[in-house]
Amino acid sequence: MTFSSIVLQFINGLAGTSSLFLVAAGLSLIFGVTRIVNFAHGSFYMLGLYVAYSAIGFFGTTILGFWGGIVAAALVIGVLGAVIEILVLRRIYQAPELFQLLATFAVVLVIKDAALGIWGPEDLLGPRAPGLRDAVTILGGNVPQYDLALIVIGPLVLAALWLLLNRTRFGILIRAATQDREMVAALGVNQKHLFTAVFFLGSLLAGLGGAVQIPREPAQLFLDIAVIADAFVVVVVGGLGSIPGAFLAAFIISVVKAFCIGIGDVTILGFDVSFSKLTLVVEFVIMAIVLVVRPWGLLGRPQGQQRGAGMLSQPLPQIGRRFLLIAGSIVVLLALLPALGDRYLLVLLIDILIFALFAASLHFLIGPAGMVSFGHAAYFGLGAYGAALLLKQAGLPMELALLLAPLVAGAGALLFGWFAVRLSGVYLAMLTLAFAQIVWSIAFQWDAFTGGSNGMVGIWPAEWLSSRTVFFYLTLIVCLGAVAGLWRILYSPFGYAMRAGRDSPLRAEAIGIDVRSVQWFAFAIAGLFAGIAGALFAFSKGSISPDLLGIPRSVDALVMVLLGGVQTLVGPVVGAAIFTWLQDEIARATEYWRAILGLVILLLVIAFPQGIAGFAGRLLARRRSAQS
Amino acid sequence: MSAVLAVQDLRKAFGGVQAVAGVSFAIAAGELLALIGPNGAGKTTCFNLVNGQLDADAGEVQLLGRRITGLPPRKIWGLGVGRTFQITATFASMSVRENVQMALLSHHKRLRAVFARAGDLYAAEALALLEKVGMANQAERRCSVLAYGDLKRVELAVALANSPRLLLMDEPTAGMAPEERKELMELTARLAKGDSMAVLFTEHDMDVVFTHADRIVVLDRGKIIAQGAPADVRADPRVQRVYLGGQSARTR
Amino acid sequence: MLSLRNLHACYGQAHILADVSLDVGAGEVVVLLGRNGAGKSTTLKSIMGLLPPHSGEIHFDGARIDGKAPHDIARLGLGYVPEDRRIFTDLTVEENLEVGRQAERAKTPLWTPERVFALFPNLAEMRHRSAAQMSGGEQQMLAIARTLMGNPRLLLLDEPSEGLAPVIIAQMARSIGELKSQGLTVLLSEQNLHFASQVADRAYVLEKGRIRYQGAITELANDPDARRAYLSV
Repeated sequence: MTFSSIVLQFINGLAGTSSLFLVAAGLSLIFGVTRIVNFAHGSFYMLGLYVAYSAIGFFGTTILGFWGGIVAAALVIGVLGAVIEILVLRRIYQAPELFQLLATFAVVLVIKDAALGIWGPEDLLGPRAPGLRDAVTILGGNVPQYDLALIVIGPLVLAALWLLLNRTRFGILIRAATQDREMVAALGVNQKHLFTAVFFLGSLLAGLGGAVQIPREPAQLFLDIAVIADAFVVVVVGGLGSIPGAFLAAFIISVVKAFCIGIGDVTILGFDVSFSKLTLVVEFVIMAIVLVVRPWGLLGRPQGQQRGAGMLSQPLPQIGRRFLLIAGSIVVLLALLPALGDRYLLVLLIDILIFALFAASLHFLIGPAGMVSFGHAAYFGLGAYGAALLLKQAGLPMELALLLAPLVAGAGALLFGWFAVRLSGVYLAMLTLAFAQIVWSIAFQWDAFTGGSNGMVGIWPAEWLSSRTVFFYLTLIVCLGAVAGLWRILYSPFGYAMRAGRDSPLRAEAIGIDVRSVQWFAFAIAGLFAGIAGALFAFSKGSISPDLLGIPRSVDALVMVLLGGVQTLVGPVVGAAIFTWLQDEIARATEYWRAILGLVILLLVIAFPQGIAGFAGRLLARRRSAQS
Repeated sequence: MSAVLAVQDLRKAFGGVQAVAGVSFAIAAGELLALIGPNGAGKTTCFNLVNGQLDADAGEVQLLGRRITGLPPRKIWGLGVGRTFQITATFASMSVRENVQMALLSHHKRLRAVFARAGDLYAAEALALLEKVGMANQAERRCSVLAYGDLKRVELAVALANSPRLLLMDEPTAGMAPEERKELMELTARLAKGDSMAVLFTEHDMDVVFTHADRIVVLDRGKIIAQGAPADVRADPRVQRVYLGGQSARTR
Repeated sequence: MLSLRNLHACYGQAHILADVSLDVGAGEVVVLLGRNGAGKSTTLKSIMGLLPPHSGEIHFDGARIDGKAPHDIARLGLGYVPEDRRIFTDLTVEENLEVGRQAERAKTPLWTPERVFALFPNLAEMRHRSAAQMSGGEQQMLAIARTLMGNPRLLLLDEPSEGLAPVIIAQMARSIGELKSQGLTVLLSEQNLHFASQVADRAYVLEKGRIRYQGAITELANDPDARRAYLSV
């Protein structure tokens, strides 16, 4: 690389910094004050682009119209954020952390379909900024004038935020509430107003981050998830709650990415290395390194022990005769279903069984082990890819591939888990998300081995299993057996040790339990069982694609667990059944199934903050106590 | 009689402040040693250096002649040290019996077992330990619904699960009523003599200290200013001034 | 001015307060005595709305306040200083005071940073310092000062002497006396009887969530049986 190309890539990186910083700063502010990990933040960015596109179209492509459109878009998104806070989040501030997460994800679904309805599925590229359409020549390379403008905008916003936070009463209240919101309320500050205002500000920043990208990047529907993953990474690398940290992290990540693109494909020691392909992974690698070396981020401060997902202090349910009786009858009923000859029903049931196992494996991690994963699909996907690769690339018989594939997932979980158990709470969750994204990127880009974005086809079961009915019985036996196995572990000494480490790490260490290694093995076990589900899924569909590893699928599993209720054993299974059935029903009925699903989730979260099974259990308990 | 615990010239500083500045003492089997001193004297730091929660800057802690300085708490437990916490730490999702079983499972190195039913293992031993501390009748209750004094007794049963040679108790009677305090300390003394176990405890309540300790170590600003039998310590003029003086002003 | 009637409060399944009734008259300094876990902090938190009572009534200046949000209760003129102080350590001394600042209240003297600094002169010297770099005693003063900035008519102090050196405790007693002479009503919780008898007019003794004793503080201090029965002295 020449000096001039280094400088040019550096400028490129700086230009990318601004947008990333704006989004991350908003996310960080919102998390700091409300303790909500706002999944919908990426959606606000995406909407910022769409609204800016329309607003500039409306105002006209003059200098005033362009910048007016961008400001208008940011304001619209700010107001939208405030409205969502008032309508949805305000009702669930007392609910467990994960339910809030679920609610914000439901908002993601609704916004995505709203954007689809309003703007259609086509990418929309906005006009170039009037007055900044040309490029300037720096050291022989062309740099768009607009990039230079972006380089200025980031630090300007950083300065403005700094002034706001340090020189105004509102800013002081935000900083105080970030540390101790209950105390701020006890001093007479209306929390509701503060939270709404912070949501307005944070959403406005996300909207602005999207809007300023309009000349560089088309408005597209997949941006919500892509951007939220980026923003998580920036916030975590910079340190949760640190605005300068967000800027520093955005800067480092953008510059490193720019250099990866700039270097392109080179040969090192005889190997062809494609640096440009690394861009998808590089930020997650940076995050993983930062989290292991400095778990609280570059400029963040160590936080107190964060608690698990709300299953704390819940005893394990006793599996009594009645439970076994009901479970047994359901299994018998399921075993009789193929007699109906409804092929479609069998397909749905196979899905439900597979996802029930997937959800149960995530519940194992979230509930008894007390570790929240945002990236559990990685192990589901590793199981699926493992099965496909063992079948196609290694040429193994299907039965052996099915048997060995979960070990691939378990090995992956063992590797990633080693890092993950060094963290706790939100940091742990975000690290799992980062690892899932790495796996996704590898599967997505390694065309020769994994089939890249197209995935692989022709992954069919062996001859004797090829009938839908036989495959259904295989799935039934494997999934039920695996779920029963997971439950059995919970009642074993190891399962007790998991709960001990969750309930009181201090006490657990004091009676000789190596909490970290218990958590590590728990992570591996959860990964292994998710892998079983993934391998079955691959053979049931006959094909795989990187979607299996994506963030949306991880979130699906979270939704299933939380919908069913994390504090019960059957909850995740019930949640998986309802979720899978609902998704299938709605998807058949309307193109806008995501929005419907989102609204249903929102209703459920607001109506049953303990999950469906938790709610049913409580009803039962109430009826029992009323009878006695 | 050789010492169960020997602490030699222990030192620990936090950001320039010497919290513990050269502390040495020893405890024999069957002996109850109280560590007292005003707030900020270094009691808790000293305690956490012994139990492995903190790493010492200098000095040495020996258990039965073996150096344990720098070992993590779980290793120290494995060598025969039980402990109770100032703010009780129990497993809230488990019953009283299961809390004790958990410690027994760990003691018998059964934590890696994934198929056995934990509830069936060492249940009788757990009940026997609970019997010792007078909690057998509440064995099936959840820890989260217990009264404070009862929780302290559960903690004691948990701490006894590995038949420790040394028992560490951080403020064992804080928040208890006078009768409860007396009961708990008498029980502890009985267990210590019976199983020839050494006990190191910190305590704020001077009645408890002077009634139940065999020996007392008084800390002030990280240093030992007196140690010896209760009567001698009570008579020591320096102790009177820095600590008991304040206490008697409170009483009178 | 403040009255609690048959208050019950729970944390999860644990019953913390049982049938607590007490009164604080205008201009009085009243102390709640009791051991750790007796329910002192819970009583103050319930008054402040931080832990809504299970049943019972709380009246302040004739208005019923149980069930109201903490910020509404604060705005009615109740100031709360928590046990662990809960200073905003990321903020400077002045910024901490700013968080506590509220609009002027009718018939209540207005507190300004200058007036607060006059009461606690140590704070004036460190107004731009980060609260993280303060000693325990200074943090306790800042916590009281911050609450005063809300112009309260009644101050709830949760164990103000806890963990402080004797010199600072004496200073704290003087400051509370000063506030009383300026007409502020105070309800504080304490374990230190010596400190309590220096500042309070009347005492309530809590044990296991129930009021066991009430009367003038001098009576309690001179009643060795009551002291031994309910307090750790």
